[in-house]
Amino acid sequence: MSTSPKVKSAAVAAKLKKQPKKMRLEPSRLVEAPKGTPGPYKLPKNQMFQDHRKFGFSNIMLVLVIAFLFMPLFVVVTYSFNASRGMRWTGFSLEWYYKLFFDSKELWRAFANSFVIAITSSIVATFLGSLSAIGIKWYKFKSRSYIQVVSFLPMVLPEVIIGISMLIFFTAVKIPLGMFSIFVAHTTFNLPFVFLLVSARLEEFDFSVIEAARDLGATERQTLMKVIVPSIMPGVMSGLLMAITMSLEDFVITFFVSGPGSTTLPLYVYSMIRYGVSPVINALSLVLILGIMLLALGFRRFLKTIAASS
Amino acid sequence: MGKRLKGFDVTVKDVSRAYGNFKALDDVSIEIRKGEFFSLLGPSGCGKTTLLRIIAGFDSPDNGVVLLDGKDILPLPPDKRQVNTVFQSYALFPHLSVYENVAFPLRLRKVPAGKLDAKVRDYLHLVQLDNHMDKKPSMLSGGQKQRVAIARALINEPSVLLLDEPLSALDAKLRQNLLVELDHLHDQIGITFIYVTHDQSEALSVSDRIAVMNQGKVLQIGTPYEIYESPATDFVARFIGETNLFPAVVKQCDPYEDYYMTTLDIPALGTEIKVTDYDNLAVGQHVSFTVRPEKLKITGHQPTRVGKDINLFRGIVEEPIYSGFQSKYYVSLENGTVIKVIQQHANYMDEGPDIDWKDQVFVSWSAEDGYIVEVVDS
Repeated sequence: MSTSPKVKSAAVAAKLKKQPKKMRLEPSRLVEAPKGTPGPYKLPKNQMFQDHRKFGFSNIMLVLVIAFLFMPLFVVVTYSFNASRGMRWTGFSLEWYYKLFFDSKELWRAFANSFVIAITSSIVATFLGSLSAIGIKWYKFKSRSYIQVVSFLPMVLPEVIIGISMLIFFTAVKIPLGMFSIFVAHTTFNLPFVFLLVSARLEEFDFSVIEAARDLGATERQTLMKVIVPSIMPGVMSGLLMAITMSLEDFVITFFVSGPGSTTLPLYVYSMIRYGVSPVINALSLVLILGIMLLALGFRRFLKTIAASS
Repeated sequence: MGKRLKGFDVTVKDVSRAYGNFKALDDVSIEIRKGEFFSLLGPSGCGKTTLLRIIAGFDSPDNGVVLLDGKDILPLPPDKRQVNTVFQSYALFPHLSVYENVAFPLRLRKVPAGKLDAKVRDYLHLVQLDNHMDKKPSMLSGGQKQRVAIARALINEPSVLLLDEPLSALDAKLRQNLLVELDHLHDQIGITFIYVTHDQSEALSVSDRIAVMNQGKVLQIGTPYEIYESPATDFVARFIGETNLFPAVVKQCDPYEDYYMTTLDIPALGTEIKVTDYDNLAVGQHVSFTVRPEKLKITGHQPTRVGKDINLFRGIVEEPIYSGFQSKYYVSLENGTVIKVIQQHANYMDEGPDIDWKDQVFVSWSAEDGYIVEVVDS
C-alpha cells in the first residue's frame, strides 16, 4: 500500500510543532461601552415612525372618520335639550325628557317588546347555535358540510328576502303575526352568528383535554360540565351578546313579521319620524346611549376575564 | 416530598388492534415490571401510541388482555384505572389556573379543602412551579406547561404514569433538562413509568428497558445497552443510533482456544472481514453485518502494525462533518462503498481536526467490535 507522502508529513508536522493556544478575542474588544449608550434596537422616539407628521394623511382621516361617526350623535343629544320642536335653538329645557318618561306609554311598551324578544330569542339561538356547532365539529356525518352552508344562508341573504319569505311562511302555516312570529324570526337569523362564533372557539379546542379529564377521574357528565362547557363559554357568551344586539336593532325582518300590538322599538321610532322628528326620540337616543355605555363598561371587566382565559 | 408510591406491573398479552386494513398493533406482548422506567420506541405509526392509549383506556384492542397488577383492566373506563397520562399536547384546561389544573382530580374526589391545598402545593413544589400557581396555562412556556401536566397526572397517586411523547414539542436544550428531571422524579416516587417516544437518544438515556416497535410489532425488548450493542434485527440496528450495515455470507468459522473467529464475505466492501465471537454459524449462511461508526478508527497515515483481528480499509473522505465534540466522516472506500466513521475530539485542537475533505485515510476496526445482526435463512 502506498500512502501519499504529503498527507503523512503534514500530520506528523502538526504533531511536532504544536503551537501554543491562541486567544481569538483581542483584549480591546472586551472594553465596555460608555454608560448611557443606547442599544442597537432602541431608536429615538421621534424616529420610530418616520412619516408621522402632525397633519399627515392618516391623522386627517382619523379626525374626519371620528367626526363623521360622532357629529350626528352630538347633534341629536344637543337638540334633545332644545325648548322648541324645530331645528332652531330656542333655549335649554328638559321638556322632552319629561315627555319621554311620563307621557310615552306606547314607546315604553315597544321598548319592552324589543327587550323581551331580544332576551328570549338570543338565549334560544345561543342554545341551538352552540349545540349545532358542537355537533358539527365533533360528529362526522354525511350531510355535515351541507348543513354548514345552509346555516350561513340567513347571514348572507338580504334581509328583505328573509322578511318576505318569513311573512309568506307564517301566513301559509297560519301562525298569527305578533310577538311569537317575531321571536321565531329573530331566533332564526341569530342562529348563524352564534354558530359561527362558537365554531371559531371550537376550532382551537384541544380534544386531548377531554381525554385528560376522563384520565384524571372525571365521569362523562363531569367532563362536559367542568371542562367542555367552561372552555367554550367565551365563544358562547360573545355569541349571546351578539345575538342580543342584532335582535334589538333589527328593523327589516321585524317589519314584515310583526302584527298588531307587537311593535318593537325600531318599528315604533320609524313610525314616529314619519310624522316629523319628535324631540322625544332625541331624548330617547341620549338615554339609550348612556344606558348602553354603562352596560358596555360593566361588561368590559367580564369580557376581559373571558379574553384572559382564551 | 420524600414519599414513595407503589408501582404496579403491567402485562400486555397478545394485543392486536386494527383500523380498517391497517394493523396498528399486531399480536403485541410486553411485560413491564414494578417501578420500571419502560420506553416504547419506534417511528411514527409503529403502534406505540395506540398501545399507550389502550393501557390508558382511550382505545380498546380487538383481542388480547392488559393486566395491571394481575387484574384485567380492559373492562374499566379510563377514570377507574389507576393509571394517569401526560399528553404530548399538554392538554391543560385553558379556563383554569395552574393551581386549579393540578387540583382538578382532587376536587372531583371532593378532598377536604385543607388537605387539598397542602397536596396541590406539595406537587407544584415537586415540579418547581411554586411561583406560577395563579397563572393561566396560556401564560406559561412549553416546559412549564408540561410540568403542570406532570404534577396533575401525579396528584392522583397513580401506580403507572403514561407519558405520550411529553417532550417532543420542546426545544432540544429544554428537552434534555426536563428528561433528567423526569428521571429524578421517577427515582423519587418509584411508580412505573411507560414512556412513548420516537427519539432514540431520549429512550436510551433514561429507560430501564426499551421495547423497539415497528409496523405494529415489538422487535426487541431489552436494556438500552442490549438494544444498542446487540440489536436483534436490521431495523433496530438502523433505528437506534447510526450504523454501517452490510449483507454478508459466512465463509469460514475457526474455533481458537478461547474464542471463535468468523470470516465473512461482504460483497459491498469487495473483501472479507473478520468478526468474533460466534459459535453457531454455518458456512454459506446469509447474515447482516453491522459495525457502529464510533467503533471505527480513522487515521491519515497507514497503521504500522496490523494484527490479524483488525479489518483495515483505505478510502477518501467525501464529507467531513464537524460538530464540536466529534466529527463524522463519510469515507468512500476503494470500491465506492461509503462508510460512516465518527471520531471523538478528546484533546484540544488549535487548528481543527487534521483530517480534511478529500484526504486519503485509513479506516480500521477490531473483529471484536463488529456484530452480526439478523440471521437470514439461506
